[in-house]
Amino acid sequence: MDGTATSHVVPSSPTRQKIQVVPLAALPIVGASVLFVALSIGFNWQWGLMFNHVVGGGLWTGIDLFVGLVIGPILGRLSIPTRAEFSARFMPKMVVIMPTVVMMTLATGFQVARNAGNLLASSPNHAWLIVSFCVVGIMAVIALGVLEPANIAVLYEMNKAVPNGERIGRLMKRFIYTAGITGIMQVATLIIMTRLASR
Amino acid sequence: MPPAQSLDADRPYPPIGWLSSGALACVVVGGIILASYAPRVAPLSLATALLCVAAVLLATAGALLARLRAFSWKTFGNVFKWALLAYAITSGMIEFAFVRDHTRGASLLLVTLMLVIFALSVPTTIAFTVARYADLD
Repeated sequence: MDGTATSHVVPSSPTRQKIQVVPLAALPIVGASVLFVALSIGFNWQWGLMFNHVVGGGLWTGIDLFVGLVIGPILGRLSIPTRAEFSARFMPKMVVIMPTVVMMTLATGFQVARNAGNLLASSPNHAWLIVSFCVVGIMAVIALGVLEPANIAVLYEMNKAVPNGERIGRLMKRFIYTAGITGIMQVATLIIMTRLASR
Repeated sequence: MPPAQSLDADRPYPPIGWLSSGALACVVVGGIILASYAPRVAPLSLATALLCVAAVLLATAGALLARLRAFSWKTFGNVFKWALLAYAITSGMIEFAFVRDHTRGASLLLVTLMLVIFALSVPTTIAFTVARYADLD
């Protein structure tokens, strides 16, 4: 996302609605996902494990690349009020979607690897698996340590009576700085995972 | 001109977010080392060292945070508690996966402590980043 906001104050209409940082309506779906993951792990349910890992991972990679390569550049060319309005509707959804798909992918991934025998040092896939751990580790630190705090701080800033556009722009620059790294890591994930699944 | 309180919020703060993110990075690397040896027993010295570094970084972040005076503690507390709930659930799921996959003994203890650091560091970073720009209580 482009963070080149130059105005100091985001224009706001008197009727501007308060942003719900965490959309409460989505929480039952999150709860169902957590339960599904827990049952899949607890009962070593092969289809459930694979479903959570493949669907969660596919969405994580797909959303990351789509947002970074398609939505981000479009957003960067929009006017600041339009960008602010889009972000106010888009980011709360990401606050719920991304942690859920990451949890689905990571919590089940270890067991999928173990059941497939890829955790064994003798497995030809073992080295690829370690590389995937490193790739996921880098993405986790960027997402949790840099992007998510900025995302939530932007939403809180937008909820103020007079949002500070310069501050929002500064926080959103983090998306630009990290989009390239995340994109490379996601492409690496696609290569590693398709390679693991085809051997 | 933005309100005076907002200008005040842009003043320099101690590197609390960087310290807690550093703690997160340490436990992620430690977790990768432990997971890469599974189901064998991993050499615990490096993972233990990383855990200790992470604990020191997080404790330093906590100490620096506690010394802040002009800070929106209400916002920090509000964001921290909900983020803690979310990341405690995530940590619990990962812990469950390790227990279910027969991780035992010292390795399990290390994993558990790393997940505790994980569940505390992410909410600390999020809540600090939000509260530093919030209007003062």
